[in-house]
Amino acid sequence: MADLFLMRALMAGLALSVIAAPLGCLVVWRRMAYYGEAVAQAGLIGIAGGLALSLDLTASVLVVTLMASTLLVLLGRQQVVPLDSLLGLIAHAALAVGVIAASLVRGPQLDLTAFLFGDIFAVSGSDLVWIFVAGVLALVAVIWIWRPLLALSVHEDLAAAEGIGIDRIKLVFVLVLALVVAIAIKIVGVLLAVAFLIMPAAAARPLSETPEQMVLFAAIFGALAVVLGLFLSVSLDTPGGPSIVLMLALFFAAAMFPTVVRGRS
Amino acid sequence: METHSAHKAVLQGAAESETTRRPHDSHEHGRHHHAHDGAALPVAHDADALIGARSLWLTRAGRAILQGVDIDIGAGEIVTVIGPNGAGKTTLVRVLLGLEAPDKGTTRRKPGLVIGYVPQRFDIDRAIPLTVARFVHLGRRAEDEEIVKALTEVGAGPLGDRQLSELSGGELQRVLLARALIRSPDLLVLDEPVRGVDYTGEAELYNLIGRLRSERGFGVLLVSHDLHVVMAQSDRVICLNRHVCCSGVPQSVLQHPEYARLFGPQAARAFALYQHRHDHRHDLAGDPHPPTAADLPPRQDLTWPTSS
Repeated sequence: MADLFLMRALMAGLALSVIAAPLGCLVVWRRMAYYGEAVAQAGLIGIAGGLALSLDLTASVLVVTLMASTLLVLLGRQQVVPLDSLLGLIAHAALAVGVIAASLVRGPQLDLTAFLFGDIFAVSGSDLVWIFVAGVLALVAVIWIWRPLLALSVHEDLAAAEGIGIDRIKLVFVLVLALVVAIAIKIVGVLLAVAFLIMPAAAARPLSETPEQMVLFAAIFGALAVVLGLFLSVSLDTPGGPSIVLMLALFFAAAMFPTVVRGRS
Repeated sequence: METHSAHKAVLQGAAESETTRRPHDSHEHGRHHHAHDGAALPVAHDADALIGARSLWLTRAGRAILQGVDIDIGAGEIVTVIGPNGAGKTTLVRVLLGLEAPDKGTTRRKPGLVIGYVPQRFDIDRAIPLTVARFVHLGRRAEDEEIVKALTEVGAGPLGDRQLSELSGGELQRVLLARALIRSPDLLVLDEPVRGVDYTGEAELYNLIGRLRSERGFGVLLVSHDLHVVMAQSDRVICLNRHVCCSGVPQSVLQHPEYARLFGPQAARAFALYQHRHDHRHDLAGDPHPPTAADLPPRQDLTWPTSS
């Protein structure tokens, strides 16, 4: 029985590593870590809403992340408040609203830990199906827009002047990002979802010569972290999500070490 | 990004008549001399031009940046836009490229126009691992040999396998030019392409652009605040200071009173001297007021008084 939980956790984690790799690289290249964070924390509102209305939590989280992601694009167009401040503000506001709403729904005794940090060992068979279907959808969409997305990540004006419809590409990207964040919330929770995006990508950067290489290394780091993190979790009875994220942090430190020792490169 | 789509509507002619209905709506308008039309009446777009704009007005943060600008770039023509810093040169380019929407006015481009663009600023993003060859490939899905050829043509042949983030300013400019050229453009747009390039490199770059234009026949829109080398290659010069002060062949612009007013008589004399020393295709003996070397302080010929 315990083996089944472990197998499901392993499959969900490995699937997430592959799905998150290209998205995570794009988030790093486009400097959207805060953006992802705001979308992920808005996910808690989805959880609260789902609890209040007795909806499927996966669906309610997905709806809220998609809405938050679109809303953030619109908010990003104003130029009065810098975008990073705005994103930080929204992330924390969403967290506050989500925690309050959840406690109103279930009372202050509600244990939010599972929502904040995920419970990878609670992944069910139907969760796995959802993760695979959504993951394939996300990967197909990213491959579809990969080239224009890369071009506009390198230089947006240059890409636009060369005739790429950047608005459409960016919209597809933020929607796919919301989808992947929703998958990650399912597995590692609201607070650690973005770690799964940016940490493997950041660890892969010093080793990579091409964008695709960076995606490949990110996927490998993610998968290794899942295996080692779950092993750690089972051996020492530590929480699953945080154990995986700890492994990712160690990989990042190891990958950066030569660069730091050599000095800037 | 929203400006891009907004501008498409303008390109499709939705706003074509917007300015034509209200030509006298600004009290400022009368102050400006328009070398082209001499009147506020709108002029129809030139159907033969690669790209053109009519009566562009643009204000940002309460500051007028473009005030009724008309421009056309014809096939195979090198048009140089000069003007002091803050004259609206880059904004004009951005509007023409569809990166920014004007408040009023229309732009028109030839259907199917392929543009190669060399932007003014390029902050290399170290976050993306990218070789030079791959960067050029983003301009067009080209074969490896084509990319090597394009890089060789701009004198960046050996750079293909280098990381983009390792390039010097001059190398990066050449690579940007290679990316623009590999698109086989009908129009090459270069916004101050010599920032951070030394004097010799600058002259080389302009000679290269002039030569490629002769070989391939694309039109060129060149922006500069630093005219002395550009001049030899330009077919037409547009002197911009939020509005078009004067325009024409380089010689006529040099002698235009608006040009002297904008850049100071020093600039006109300095340029004339420069040309006398270095441009052997023109004999300035017929110039009504030929300056002599004694008129000018040393090396005055190499600087442009309005440059930053």
